[in-house]
Amino acid sequence: MAEYIWLIPFFPALGFLINGLFGAWMSKRAIAWIACLAVLMSFLASFGVFLEFLDLPAEARIYEINLYNWIAAGELSVPIGFRIDALSLVMSLTVSGVAFLIHVYSIGYMEHDPGFRRFFVELNLFVFMMLTLVTGSNMLLMFVGWEGVGLSSYLLIGFWYEKDSASNAGKKAFIVNRIGDFGFLLGIFLLFLSLGAHGVWTLNFGEIQQHAHLLNGSLVGIITFLFFVGAMGKSAQIPLYVWLPDAMEGPTPVSSLIHAATMVTAGVYMIARLNFLYSMSPETMMIVAVIGVLTAFFAATIGFAQYDIKKVLAYSTISQLGYMFVAVGVGAYAAGIFHLMTHAFFKGLLFLGAGSVMHAMSGELDLRKMGGLRKKIPITYWTFLIACLAIAGIPGFSGFFSKDEILWKAFSSVNGHLLIWGLGALTAGMTAFYMFRLFFGIFHGECRASEEVKKHIHESPHVMTVPLMILAFLAVVGGYVGIPHVLGGSNLFEHFLAPVLGGAHQSAAASSPGFGLLSSAWASSAEASHETSLEIMLMVLSVIIALIGIAIAYILYIRNTGLPGKFTAAFPGLFKVVHNKYYVDEFYDFVFVRGLLRLGDLLLKVVDIGIIEGIVNGLGSLNQWAGSQLRKIETGIVQQYALGIIIGAIVVVGYIVFSPVF
Amino acid sequence: MNMTYPLLSVIIFLPLAGAVVLMFLPRSNPSLAKKWALVWTIIEFIVSLPLFFNFNEQTAQMQFVENVPWFPELGISYNIGVDGLSMLLVLLTTFLTVICVLASWESIKDKVKEYYISFLVLETAMIGALCALDLVLFYIFWELMLVPMYLLIGVWGGPRRIYAAIKFFLFTMVGSVLMLLAIMVLYFHYGAESGSYTFNLFDLYNANIPIVKQYWLFAAFALSFAIKVPMFPVHTWLPDAHTEAPTAGSVILAGVLLKMGTYGFVRFAIPLFPQAALRAAPIILTLAVIGIIYGAIMCIMQSDLKRLIAYSSVSHLGYIMLGLFSFNMQGLEGGIYQMLNHGISTGGLFLVVGMIYERRHTRMIADFGGLSTVMPKLAVFFLIITLSSIALPGTNGFVGEFLILLGAFRNNVSFGVLATTGVVLGAVYMLWMFQRVMYGEITKDENRALKDINKREATILVLIVFFVLLMGLYSQIFFKKMDTSAADYLQKFQTKVEMLQTAGPEAR
Repeated sequence: MAEYIWLIPFFPALGFLINGLFGAWMSKRAIAWIACLAVLMSFLASFGVFLEFLDLPAEARIYEINLYNWIAAGELSVPIGFRIDALSLVMSLTVSGVAFLIHVYSIGYMEHDPGFRRFFVELNLFVFMMLTLVTGSNMLLMFVGWEGVGLSSYLLIGFWYEKDSASNAGKKAFIVNRIGDFGFLLGIFLLFLSLGAHGVWTLNFGEIQQHAHLLNGSLVGIITFLFFVGAMGKSAQIPLYVWLPDAMEGPTPVSSLIHAATMVTAGVYMIARLNFLYSMSPETMMIVAVIGVLTAFFAATIGFAQYDIKKVLAYSTISQLGYMFVAVGVGAYAAGIFHLMTHAFFKGLLFLGAGSVMHAMSGELDLRKMGGLRKKIPITYWTFLIACLAIAGIPGFSGFFSKDEILWKAFSSVNGHLLIWGLGALTAGMTAFYMFRLFFGIFHGECRASEEVKKHIHESPHVMTVPLMILAFLAVVGGYVGIPHVLGGSNLFEHFLAPVLGGAHQSAAASSPGFGLLSSAWASSAEASHETSLEIMLMVLSVIIALIGIAIAYILYIRNTGLPGKFTAAFPGLFKVVHNKYYVDEFYDFVFVRGLLRLGDLLLKVVDIGIIEGIVNGLGSLNQWAGSQLRKIETGIVQQYALGIIIGAIVVVGYIVFSPVF
Repeated sequence: MNMTYPLLSVIIFLPLAGAVVLMFLPRSNPSLAKKWALVWTIIEFIVSLPLFFNFNEQTAQMQFVENVPWFPELGISYNIGVDGLSMLLVLLTTFLTVICVLASWESIKDKVKEYYISFLVLETAMIGALCALDLVLFYIFWELMLVPMYLLIGVWGGPRRIYAAIKFFLFTMVGSVLMLLAIMVLYFHYGAESGSYTFNLFDLYNANIPIVKQYWLFAAFALSFAIKVPMFPVHTWLPDAHTEAPTAGSVILAGVLLKMGTYGFVRFAIPLFPQAALRAAPIILTLAVIGIIYGAIMCIMQSDLKRLIAYSSVSHLGYIMLGLFSFNMQGLEGGIYQMLNHGISTGGLFLVVGMIYERRHTRMIADFGGLSTVMPKLAVFFLIITLSSIALPGTNGFVGEFLILLGAFRNNVSFGVLATTGVVLGAVYMLWMFQRVMYGEITKDENRALKDINKREATILVLIVFFVLLMGLYSQIFFKKMDTSAADYLQKFQTKVEMLQTAGPEAR
């Protein structure tokens, strides 16, 4: 299988090409089949590798292959090469698996759209690029995928390009991502040249890891930070998160696949992939964790005050991505990837559920016009509930295991801090609150839709509900691969990833209480049993916080529905600020967009037209003046001209030949 | 190739021969003229292919050399040849000329015969300038390029064509005159130094020129080439020339003529005056970076499509200069590669704009919007070429830009970082332009009935996109051709710089 791993990203590329080049002459049915099969093949190929890996000893689980030399100039030589190890395998299984379900769902969702073919072409392109990102064996190929998913995201956000809001959102996503990529590119340059300074010219992950010890810490700090700037863009972290809420302009399956389940997690994957570099720089790790937890908290507050159901989910995605960065920032790479995977299940499900709601409600997105859908769309209802319980971190559901793992590591790891844990736990409660606000608002209470819409409410077809049910199943059981030791599990997930992300034992050893205030109090008696009881205590605490969040949502939106209105009436200013997302978009627009336009206007008028053209035209006028003066020596006698030319030539040449300067 | 078949001379003069034949074709039959031009340029392209396939990758020596005395008493010879640095540019020229003839098929209705004569003469001049290894020969071809280009803009151009043509001519002439003077000085200097008066480039490479004199000579060459590139701040002729030129004129201007400037630096200004070039590098690099950023910001402000693309050329050519003056393999090879890329991508952009212009007779961005709905095929091609222009990985632009930025960063971190901001700005202006033209709802009634591209136009764009992807995904076939030459070039450059530096102050 090792020689064939390139097929994993290649299958969707094939689907992209077939539908792209010949789709115009094919039936919708054929297009849908090809697109779905292409992704399914990738999943099966990944699964095949997984089965092979199970038979191999842990340290032998690396397949690497180079197809051909892509760019070579001087010391730089970059092949088109792929690498499958435990980490990229988890990623490619998650990506292709979730992508397949969403492809199937889209057959129903996009059925009546005139852009049906274009949709599947672009969706296949996305999967191709995403799989390239996670299976590429060097930094540059990762960057190809990195920008490639950005392109497909741009195309799919602006899928309904006739709408200005959609094409604006696509453009914004691309440009904000490019700002991040600016950092990423510089990171590649610096990494390549710093290793090159030691005679190691490579961008291959394995070789970088092998020689990473040559680099000094502060340089690694800069390199890792630059890569993190890329992650801020791609994974929508402060301050570059602003594109993701707008990205909801795309069709809902796109939001589900690209802007929730897969692409936006690329930054987390990148850090996990370069864990050996990040571990060398505690400063960057701290920045990552702090940005992560701040983003998690900040986005959650905005989630409180949105009425657009997709916007709520978008902010929740930003918030959950923040958790993942907390995980990788405190060195719990496996926990970050674990949450990435469970999040792909439950958040993918939430978006598909929202899509199903929209399908039922004739495209309605406003929470204020929903309600009471529980009986009318039961499958959507139950699957949505499961996803909400998962994201809220209720025991038994996948989100509980992954989120709790992160919170525990944030508390206990040497890179962790009590404040990070505290803010993370608080955010967990907030998440539970706003998710159930959404849930109750859609499915319970009175239906607030117009009579016209009410008449048409119906459950989605099987092609959409079956993926919902499968994802709901995964959103429950997905967590059981990573049951922590403290609950009697053996954390298979962490063990599987250990060859790439550092051993499970190693992180257990490193998990002695760190420099947190509370944890240092425990340090004196850091016996294993204490630690176990502490872990369980924190776990119970975070479950209680989540339950409180749900309870508040229940009180506000089921029992006493007048309260939220009273609250917003009591603090109109605060509500307005939060509802308007703290006016960050307006601020960016004023400073950067308008700023650039003002600068451009200034340069155009002053430099280009004013100074440069001024000088040129000035020379022109001078010429005319000189011409009118010189006309006096224009006698029309050819001999005089000839004499002048000869004298001139002699003077010039003589000067040149004999001049001491020349 | 055996010695009896002078491949390069054939490639250089075949178009001229075609032009002569064209002169005798009847003026009353314009369609015969354009068919003749098409067939002839295709033959020319096929004839030039052995350059690529028979090229020896192992040597840095000039290949396909022909060297016969021309005015031996003055040391002028007909000396031509190509190496890895110039060979691909020759092929770019023969390729783009075919594209240009195809692109002019329907848009040129006036003085058709004369138009294609100009084009063929231009092709001879461009290839000649790329192959010339004798300074006088080079200068002749260099000046010869001016005339047909001047006519293309001035006769077949837009409403302000005369203004644009004269501006183009004057700017370029100023540079040329200074270069001619510098050539003479160099000639006499080398003659006095070695006793043999020659214009042979490779002899002159060995001239031992005191540093102050080098500065002056470099300045004269550099100004001439910088105007052609064009570098900030002598770029203002370009937007006018591009806006007024017919589509094919813009394509060849952006695709090949601008590269004469950058090529001039590579072949002449740098190796003839290496030490001065090295000392002047900070200035050139600064101007290059200003050009990248300034050109990009200008693009944001433009309301005319062709002006926008013209300013984007200022930005892109800034990258090329940045790469060339980084004096390392990544920068040099990236720079040369980007010369080819820019020919393909920016040429492609002008072609697309030309196709839209032919339908709507306006280039104003505000007159468009929503064209994707009526021209879905064009939209796909336009998108791919746009992405190539903003250097998306997988397209040709990325390979060149990545190498240039890496080389620049390696040479000087601040220049590298500043230039990399162009990556963001490039996305801003190109995507905004694309959005305003192609996306949104159709607001102007004139746009509702626009026809999508026809077969001829599709052929053109398929060819362009083919190279966008080939050069983006499989760049090694091209790099293989330049590796040896580039490595040798840099090594000689280093040796010379060190030699002059160790020679001590008295040698200066």
